[in-house]
Amino acid sequence: MRRQVPLIITFFIGALLVISVFIPPMVSLKETFTLYFDIIAVFAFFLGGGNLLRVHLGKLYGKKQDWGFSLVTVAGFAMMLIVGLFKIGNPGGIAASITAEGSLFQKLFEYIMVPLGSTMYALLAFFVASASYRAFRAKNREATILLIGAFIILLGRTPFGMMLTSWIPEQLSILQIPNLAIWIMNGPNLAGQRAIMIGIGLGVVSMSIRILLGIERSYLGEDK
Amino acid sequence: MKFKMLLALILLCFVSAVSGFGQSAEEIMALPDSMAMAPPAPPSNVRGVDTDNDHGHSITLTWETSPDDGAGLNNVIGYKVFRAESPDGPFIERALIPSGGTGHIDVGAKEKDANDYLPDHVGFYYKVRAITADSLIYAESEVFGPVQSYGQWFNTGRVPVLVFVIFFLFVTLFFIQKAKGGANLFVRRLAGIEAVDEAIGRATEMGKPILYVLGLGTAADIATIASYTILGRVAKKVAEYQTGLIVPCYDPIVMTVAQETVKASYMDAGRPDAYYEDMVYFVTQSQFAYVAAVNGTMLRERPATNIYMGKFYAESLILAETGALAGSIQISGTDEIAQIPFFVVACDYTLIGEELYAASAYLGREPLLLGSLKAQDYAKAAAIIIAIIGFITMNFGIEAFKHLFYVSN
Repeated sequence: MRRQVPLIITFFIGALLVISVFIPPMVSLKETFTLYFDIIAVFAFFLGGGNLLRVHLGKLYGKKQDWGFSLVTVAGFAMMLIVGLFKIGNPGGIAASITAEGSLFQKLFEYIMVPLGSTMYALLAFFVASASYRAFRAKNREATILLIGAFIILLGRTPFGMMLTSWIPEQLSILQIPNLAIWIMNGPNLAGQRAIMIGIGLGVVSMSIRILLGIERSYLGEDK
Repeated sequence: MKFKMLLALILLCFVSAVSGFGQSAEEIMALPDSMAMAPPAPPSNVRGVDTDNDHGHSITLTWETSPDDGAGLNNVIGYKVFRAESPDGPFIERALIPSGGTGHIDVGAKEKDANDYLPDHVGFYYKVRAITADSLIYAESEVFGPVQSYGQWFNTGRVPVLVFVIFFLFVTLFFIQKAKGGANLFVRRLAGIEAVDEAIGRATEMGKPILYVLGLGTAADIATIASYTILGRVAKKVAEYQTGLIVPCYDPIVMTVAQETVKASYMDAGRPDAYYEDMVYFVTQSQFAYVAAVNGTMLRERPATNIYMGKFYAESLILAETGALAGSIQISGTDEIAQIPFFVVACDYTLIGEELYAASAYLGREPLLLGSLKAQDYAKAAAIIIAIIGFITMNFGIEAFKHLFYVSN
C-alpha cells in the first residue's frame, strides 16, 4: 500500500497532464500543477535549511576536520536569515520588500554574493583553456579530426581567418576559412547535435512511460 | 558689433515665438496643403476568424497592407488594431503592429473580472488603421465583423505527436510482453556504467570515498529521476564494499529523495547500520556557491571517484576540471547538449544524452526495463527511416511528406 498509493497518484496525474497537451481547455493544468510544486518547494526550503544547520552545527560541536568552513557557512546563513527576516537596515522598515533599494540584505547580496559567484564563473575561462589543451592533442585519428575542425572554427571566427583566405576566388568561396567554419557548424556539428537531441527526446518519452506505468520506481527510494 | 548681433538673435527668437502665439496645436500642425503629408491608402481586406486549436478567448486577424507601406507614398510606419462590440464603436485600441505586418492574434483574458476579458460567443468588430509619423494623418480600413471566439475540444495541430505517442506506447508494451515471455533482448554495452564497478573497487582499494553529484535539476526533471536509479546502484555497491559515499545536493527535495534512495540501497545490501543521513546533505541553491562547496569537498576529501549524473549547466566544466586536478576517476552523464562536450573532455567516461536514461534499464536488467529500451531503439530506427524519406522527397520537391509531421502550437 505504501508503494501503491504514490504509483496511482503518479499514473493519474501523469496521464492527465499528457492528455491535457491535446485538449485546449486543459492546457492551463500544467501551470496549475507547477504552482502546486512551487508551494511544496517552499516547505522544502525549511528542510534544506534544517539539514544545513544540522550537518554544520554537528561538525562545529564535535570540532571535526575542517570545522572552520562550517563556521563560515553557519555564520553566513544566520546573517542572511536574520537580516532578511527582521529587515535589518531596510529603509522601509519591517513592512518593506526584502530586496528594497538600499536594504542591508540587498547590499549583502550585491556586494558579497554576486562578486563571489562571478569569481567562480570567471574560473571557467581558465578551465576551458586547460580542457581545450587536453582535448585538442592529436593522439589518434579522431582527435586529429577534432583538432583540425576546432582550428578552422577558431580561425574562422577571427579577422585573421578572413585575411588568410580572402584571395580565394568567389567561385570557390566555400574554401575560405570563415565559410568553412560556418559549414562545419551548420553541417556536421548540427547534424550530430540533432541526432543526440532525437535520442534524448526518445529517452525522455521512454523514461516517462516507465514512470507512468510504475516500472521505474527509483524516485520512491525503492531499489527496483 | 558682437552686442548688436546678440540683440538681433534675441529679437529673431522673440518674433518666431510670437508668430505662433495664440494658435492651437492643431492649427500649428495643419500646415498648408503643399507642405502637409498626404494620408496613406488604408489597409484592405480585413478578416477575422476564431483562433484555431485553442481554448477560446482569441481571434486571429489578417489584412492586406496599405499600398503606401514600403511603396507609393511610403509613409506608413505601422498599424493599429481596434476592437468594438458594435460596428459604430466605441473602438478600443488592441495592438500596434510595425509596418509590413499583415496579421495579429487578439488574445484576451478568460477571467470575467479581468480588464482584458474577451468573452467567447460574443460578436466583435475590428478595424485596422494605417498610421504615419504624424499622429493626425492616418487611414482606416472598413469595419469587419461580427466575429466570435470559441474554444475547441481537441488540438488537431498536435495529431502527429499523438500518433507518435500511441505508436511508441504500443511498441513499448509489445517489447515488455516479449521480454516477460523470456525473449533474450540484446542491449549494447554502456562503457560508462560498466566503469562504475571498477571505480567503486578502486575507491575501496584506496580507502577514499566516492562523490556523487546529482546536478542542478529539480526532482521533477527526468535526468534527475534517471540519476536516482544510478545512485541507488552505486550506493548498493558502496554499501557492499564498505566504501564512503558523499552526495552534496543542490535542491532540498532532491536531497530528501536521494536520502531515501541511498537508505534503501544500504538496507538492500544488508548494511543498514553503515548508513548515516549526513552522507546525503544539502549545500545551497546558488549555482556557483554550490560549485565552490563541491570543489572544496573534492580538494579536501580527494575522492577516488566522482560521478556526475543529471542536469548540469555552466558549472559542469568547473566541477569536472577540478575533479581531474584532484586525480579522481570521473564518470558523467547529462542530457544538456551544451554541457556534453565539456564532460567528454574532462571525464574518463561519459553517458551521452539518452544513455543516461538507458542506464537504469541497463543496470536493472529486468525484462520490463529492457523492453522499454528496445522500443526506444525501434523508434530511433523509425526516425532514421523518416529522415531518409524526408531527405529524398524534399530533394524531389515533394512537400506533402514534410507536412505530415507539421506540429502547431
